[in-house]
Amino acid sequence: MRKQSRTFTLLLALLAAFALLAAACGSDGGDDGAASDDGDGTSATEPAGDDGDDGGGGDALRIAVVAPSASNDLAFTQSMVDAVNAIGETRDIQFDVTDGTFVVEDAAAALRGYAEDGFDLVVAHGSQYGGPLQEIAPDFPDVSFAWGTAADTFGLPNVYAYTVRADEGGFVMGTIAAQLSESGVIGVVGPVEVGDAKLYVDGFAAGATNQDPAVTVNVNYIESFSDVALAAEAATAHVGNGADVLTGSAQMVVGATGVATESGVAWFGTQANQTALGPDVVVASQVYHWEVVLADIIAGIDSGTLGGEVFIATLANGGLVIEYNDGFGLDDAVRTAADATAAGIADGSISTGIE
Amino acid sequence: MSEFFTVSVLVATLAGGIRLATPFLLAALGETLGQRSGVLNLGVEGVMLIGAFAAYYTALETGSTVAGIAVAIGIGAVMGLIYAFLTVVMHAEQGISGIGIFLFGLGFTDLLFQKQVGTPLPIPGVGKAPIPILSDIPHLGEIFFDHNPLVYLAFLLVPIMWFVVNKTTFGLNVRAIGQTPEAADTLGVSVNLTRTFTIVIANCFAGLAGAALALEVGIFQQNLTAGQGFIAIALVYFGAWRMPWVMSGALLFGVVSSTVLQWKTLGIVSGPSSSLLAMAPAILTILVLVLVSRRVSAPAALTRPFDRAG
Repeated sequence: MRKQSRTFTLLLALLAAFALLAAACGSDGGDDGAASDDGDGTSATEPAGDDGDDGGGGDALRIAVVAPSASNDLAFTQSMVDAVNAIGETRDIQFDVTDGTFVVEDAAAALRGYAEDGFDLVVAHGSQYGGPLQEIAPDFPDVSFAWGTAADTFGLPNVYAYTVRADEGGFVMGTIAAQLSESGVIGVVGPVEVGDAKLYVDGFAAGATNQDPAVTVNVNYIESFSDVALAAEAATAHVGNGADVLTGSAQMVVGATGVATESGVAWFGTQANQTALGPDVVVASQVYHWEVVLADIIAGIDSGTLGGEVFIATLANGGLVIEYNDGFGLDDAVRTAADATAAGIADGSISTGIE
Repeated sequence: MSEFFTVSVLVATLAGGIRLATPFLLAALGETLGQRSGVLNLGVEGVMLIGAFAAYYTALETGSTVAGIAVAIGIGAVMGLIYAFLTVVMHAEQGISGIGIFLFGLGFTDLLFQKQVGTPLPIPGVGKAPIPILSDIPHLGEIFFDHNPLVYLAFLLVPIMWFVVNKTTFGLNVRAIGQTPEAADTLGVSVNLTRTFTIVIANCFAGLAGAALALEVGIFQQNLTAGQGFIAIALVYFGAWRMPWVMSGALLFGVVSSTVLQWKTLGIVSGPSSSLLAMAPAILTILVLVLVSRRVSAPAALTRPFDRAG
C-alpha cells in the first residue's frame, strides 16, 4: 500500500508538472520563437537581431509584452503584437510576449520577470494591470514600463501610459452603419463598460445617431471579455430584435461575428482587422496601430527618458486607421463620406462629442 | 419593461435559454453519473476544452461536423481512462487530480490552437435542424423544435440517463457503489470497473459538451468554455444528483442568462444595474445550492476511493 502511495504521488506530480508545462507553453509564445511575422499579423513572438536566449541582445532593443488574451485574437492583444512586429521592421529589436494572462497575478509575475531579465521596455497591455505595475515599477528604476489603455503614469518616472481615442473610429463607422441599416436598428456587443471598449461603443452610437437621429442603437455589455458563447447569444438577441448591422469590441466578439455571418448581417470590427472572421459581412475595421505610440516611447527611451508621459493613438497621428473590406462592396459614396468624416475628426473640424 | 413581455421576445428568450443550457447540461449529465458512483471530477472544464478543440479542429480540417463530434467523444473517452487510472487505480485525491486535468486542458488546447490554427478561423458549425411539423407549431415550435441536433440530443439524454441510473442493473450498481462500495463489493459488484465505466462515460459527455459549444459558435478561442464546466459541476449539486433536476437547473441558469441578455439588448437595464444583473445566474445558483444542501445528501462515498484490502 505504501509503495502504491509513493507511485501515486510520483504520477500525480508528473501530471501536475505536465499540466503546468502545457499551460505555460500554451499561454507564452515567448520561448519557441517559431512563429515569425509573415505580415498577416499572426506572429506570437519575433526575436529579432539576436538569439534571445542569453539575455544579452547586443544592441537590439529588448521589448516584452504582457497581454490578457491570445497573441492572435484578432483584437486587443494582436493589435499590440502586430505593432511591436512593425517596430521590428524598422529597427533591431528582441521581442518576447506573455499572452493569455487573464489572471492579473500571472501578469504581475510576468512583468516582474521581464524587468528582472533586464528588458528595456516592458509593456503591460491591459488596464487591469495598473495595480501590480504601480508596485513593480519602482523596484526597477532602470527599466521603462508602458501601461495601457490608461492615462495615468502614477507619477513614476519610468512608467509611460498609452491610450486610444477609440471613439473617433467608432464615430466614423457609426455613420456608415446608419446608412447601411434598413431596419433602423443597430446592435452592439460590448465586454465591460470601461476603457477603449466604452469609448468605441459610445463613439459608434454617437456617429450612428449623428448620421440618422431615427436610428436605434441597442448596446449589450455582456460583462465578460472572454465568454464567446454569451457574445454569440447577445448577437442573436440583437438580430432577433431587428438589428441588421452589428458591431462589438474585445476578443469574445468572435462569437458574435459568427452570428453576423450566419444571419447575413453587416459587421464592423475594432482593435484589429476582423475581415477574416467574416469576409462577406465585415464592412470595415478600426485598427489600432500602436507602433505610432511605441515609436514615441522608444524615442523617449533612446533619449534617456524612461517614462512620465501619456501618448494617445488617434486618427490624426495614424494610431487609428479605418481599414475597409473590399470584399463587402461598400458603396463608393458612403465610403467617400466616411473618409471625409475621418478627415474632419483628424483636423478637429468634427467632434465625436465623447469626452 | 413592457417591450420584454411581447410574444416574440419571450419566445426568443426561452429559445436562447435552451441553447445556452445545452453545453453545461450535457456535461452535468455525465458528471451526475460519475458522482452517483462516488467519483468527483473537477476537470470537466478541461475535458470540455479538449473536446471543443478536437471538434473544431476536426471540422476545420475535414469539413465534417459529425467527424468533429465523434473525435470529441473519443478524446473524452481517452481523458476518462486517464482520470480513471489516476483516481480508481492509483487512488489519487480526486479534487487535486481534477484540477490537474483542468489545467492540462486549458494549457494544452491553447498550445494546440496556437500551433495548429493560429488566428481564429470560423467554421460552418452545426446548423439548425427544425423538426418537421413540430417546428411549425406557433411559438412552441420556435422555442423547442428549431435548434441544432445537439440540443435535441442533450435533452433526449435526460430521460435516457434517468432510466439507466434508476431502472437498470448497471444503474443499481452505480448507486450502490456511490453509497456503500464495500457492501456492493460483497455482493459481487466490481466497484472499480463500474467506476471506470462511469468516469469514461462522464468524460465522453464532457467532450460532447465541448463539441456542442464549439460547433454552436463555429469557432475556437483560448478558454472557450469560460467556466461552463464548473457551472456543470454546480448543477449536479443544484439538481441533487437527479437527472431531471439537473436539467431543470441547467434550464433555469440558461433562461436567466438569456433574460439578462434580452433586458440589456432592449435597454431595460443599463449601467451599474446591468453589471449587477449579470451576476444573477450565479447568485441564483448559490441560493439554490444553500437550500438544497439542507435537504439532500451527496452520495455517501463521493470522493472516497475503494480499496478492497483496506
